[in-house]
Amino acid sequence: MTTVLTTGPGLRGGLGESVRRPDGGPKARGEFAFSSDLEAEDMLWAHLLRSPHPSAAISSLDLSPAFAVPGVAAVLAAGDVPGRQSFGLDYPDQPVFAGKVVRHVGEPIAAVAADHPITARRAAEAIAVTYEVTEPLTDPEAAMEAPPIHERGNVLFHQDIVHGDPGATGEVSVEGSYATAMQDQAFLGPESALAVPAGDGGVDLYLATQWLHVDRDQIAACLGLPLDLVRLHLSGVGGAFGAREDMSMQVQLCLLAMRTGRPVKIVFSREESFLGHVHRHPARMWYRHSADADGNLVKVEAKLILDGGAYLSSSPAVLQNAACFAAGPYRVPNAVVDATAVRTNNPPCGAMRGFGAVQVCFAYETQMDKLAAALRMDPVELRLRNALRTGDTMITGQVLSGAAPVAEVIRAVAAAPLPAEPGPSDAPEIALPGGAGRTAERDRVRRGIGFAVGFKNLMYSAGFDDFTTARCRLEEGRVTITSAAVEVGQGLVTLMQQIARHIFGVADVSLGEATTAGIGSAGSTSASRQTWMTGGAVEAACRAVAERLVSSVAQRLERPLASLRLDGGRVCSDDGAVDLSLVGAASGQVFEETAVYRHPPTEELDEKGQGNAHVSFAFGAHRAVVDVDLDLGLVRVVDVTTAQDVGRALNPLQLIGQIEGGTAQGVGLAVMEEIVLDRGTVRNPSFTDYIIPTALDSPPVTIAGLIEEPEPGAPHGAKGAGEPPAISSTAAVAAAIRDATGLELARVPIRPQDIALALAAFEEDRQ
Amino acid sequence: MTNTTSVPELLSYTLNVNGRDHQVSDAELGENLLFVLRERLGLRGSKNACEQGECGSCSVLVDGRLECSCTMLAAAATGRQIVTVEGLTPSGDGLSEVQEAFVAEGAVQCGFCTPGLIVSVSDLLDRLPLATELEIREAISGNLCRCTGYGRIIAAVQAAQHARSAREALR
Ligand code: FES
Ligand code: FES
Repeated sequence: MTTVLTTGPGLRGGLGESVRRPDGGPKARGEFAFSSDLEAEDMLWAHLLRSPHPSAAISSLDLSPAFAVPGVAAVLAAGDVPGRQSFGLDYPDQPVFAGKVVRHVGEPIAAVAADHPITARRAAEAIAVTYEVTEPLTDPEAAMEAPPIHERGNVLFHQDIVHGDPGATGEVSVEGSYATAMQDQAFLGPESALAVPAGDGGVDLYLATQWLHVDRDQIAACLGLPLDLVRLHLSGVGGAFGAREDMSMQVQLCLLAMRTGRPVKIVFSREESFLGHVHRHPARMWYRHSADADGNLVKVEAKLILDGGAYLSSSPAVLQNAACFAAGPYRVPNAVVDATAVRTNNPPCGAMRGFGAVQVCFAYETQMDKLAAALRMDPVELRLRNALRTGDTMITGQVLSGAAPVAEVIRAVAAAPLPAEPGPSDAPEIALPGGAGRTAERDRVRRGIGFAVGFKNLMYSAGFDDFTTARCRLEEGRVTITSAAVEVGQGLVTLMQQIARHIFGVADVSLGEATTAGIGSAGSTSASRQTWMTGGAVEAACRAVAERLVSSVAQRLERPLASLRLDGGRVCSDDGAVDLSLVGAASGQVFEETAVYRHPPTEELDEKGQGNAHVSFAFGAHRAVVDVDLDLGLVRVVDVTTAQDVGRALNPLQLIGQIEGGTAQGVGLAVMEEIVLDRGTVRNPSFTDYIIPTALDSPPVTIAGLIEEPEPGAPHGAKGAGEPPAISSTAAVAAAIRDATGLELARVPIRPQDIALALAAFEEDRQ
Repeated sequence: MTNTTSVPELLSYTLNVNGRDHQVSDAELGENLLFVLRERLGLRGSKNACEQGECGSCSVLVDGRLECSCTMLAAAATGRQIVTVEGLTPSGDGLSEVQEAFVAEGAVQCGFCTPGLIVSVSDLLDRLPLATELEIREAISGNLCRCTGYGRIIAAVQAAQHARSAREALR
């Protein structure tokens, strides 16, 4: 199961080039092994029994009917967990198996291993559970005062920010309440893994995740095993977007493998995937912005409530992000933010691309439009006037020391030409709102344009010891890079090769297996951090090998070290007397170096939300153009134009991929994506009912600017690029729909009924 | 509660996949074509993202028609010509024109949607070699991709169209 990726012959591809990804060929051929493609001899299939209730006491649990099903090898439930009974990224408050109570729909209660997936499912369904159903707590505002549904209480985390003078006021102020729905990451490759019991009493787990080592630590604690007996190996990851940061079945699967002594595989159905991973927190947000008569922001006040669902997951960090970025990428001298994440009986929420920055961006950018209207000012002008610059102080008191081309991204987008106005009469039917199925009148289609800016931190913040490990090995002229960093589709594998090529000047760079068995942690593939962090570690490891190589030549040839250098794949001297290939320079020696890279330390926020909590920030802007059918409320997003602060484009093609993909996810949240909850029950856990953008729904994305202002301290000056595209795209589309309809539309996604019914009511009022 | 005493019916049949007959033995009646291709015949290029006919990851050609293999009972596909992504892939480690375009144009990120798209785009270009952008979007709207936003996929389809017409012009 080793994945060794080698570049094809003739590929040079260093930094700054649109190098082909090494796994592209195998993926296009259908040969790349995703975690759902694994198999082992004598393998069993697992299935989890999940709670159908959001809140219930389990008064009895009878596993015997499952044991009675022919082909069943093991059935496990609470009581079969040898170590810690619960897990969690921040604090272990989530049970491996529900014991006396269930706190959300989909919570695992038991696990079955059987010889066929259908048998495993039937056996799990045969388990007899008696529930005493209780009233679910599903309103996040009520949750703060309600009796606790977990011994750790219903307030998961609270963050205040008080900055400047809380009593300051401006001449103009605008106020509003906003909401964002629960969004699903909806990666395509379902949760899946293969656990293989090992002869040493340990277990090998082959899986798709975002951070091998943090899963390993949690699994080992629950299994009661030392860390070295739990070995995690990365398998092909079919997308992640935050949903693979928390564990979904890792412990249960390892337990089944260890109990049966056989390899056990699990693959979630799409419904299980919807119920089995965390989602983007729904948010309720109240805001008041005040400005002086010239449009300079004076104060931003916000009250934020994020619904964390039943368990903690990464709610504290998501909430802190929401609070830190609550005022947007603007100079705001005075701010008061009151942010709380609460526990409810809704599905657990945690990480999703944008991580707290998405929800507040929708609210603060709507506020900026309102403020512009109140000031009778151009909304782009208002944003430019207040745009953060290097040296400005943010609402957390942190001085923005890195690159901050906020005005540049705004200007690039504002200056881009608008798409042609087709005049609805000549647009093909399928290009109108509603596409092939539309039935409304062409002359009732209105165009709107909206604009938004957003920002977010890069990497882990608030004092977290964030580091990554990488190894470089040079043997017979071949470079091998090994890291436990997770490739989720973004193209880290390409970038690692580009960095190694950049240093050694050779095309031939292989990648070793990502596993906890062979190397230290690379941290999470999240927070837009791997380009910087693993990029930094790979660079450091390669440089260490290069230095050793050059000094070994210096020693052997008895020449001063300073006279030699590694250049274009050769070790040369300034006088031309030495000119050796890598093989010649190494002279039979193998060089291997492991580097650990850390970003500069950060601080925790104090009780007033002040502190240097973040390392770096990335900014982006979007302009959306929409056509809205006023009768049916259907929206077609015609075009999205964006500019992004990227530091440096290390692989422009992959960067475009991140921007287009992230933008589409933001468009999805604006107009269609919502986990519909009905008293704690998910009403749409399928791709039939939870709609993500198709090729017809996704607009062409025009990139008006990749702003390359190198970030001081970042390896190669590059900023992570995965998240900014998903931040301001939602707000821009919402603003465009407002522009087309004149409606307030304070909640996303904006559903057809939000437009059609509101417009109909408005018409009725007028008559 | 499920009746645990009834023994599921086991079937044996032949499937013609990529021009070869494959014997399927002792399969459960409820197994869909996707499951049998993947788990019994070891053809794992077809992917399982929804098993509800919504995502196109499992796309195959059945008697020349594009189908979701997850919504078709395997036993019902006997006597029909099934083509999977493996059947559209050159031997060795080469790439078809469509596959090459996907890799070169950055249409592959996580790659979970890619094999299904390769099948569906190959089918589109056979039927409609000069498809316009809108026709391309419509044709692949049954293939969900969560990573790319489709921009590079459209570019890849157009690159494959160019490669194809250049090749045909040379003939
Ligand atoms: S797996 Fe067949 S359409 Fe999704
Ligand atoms: S590349 Fe990941 S779903 Fe398409």
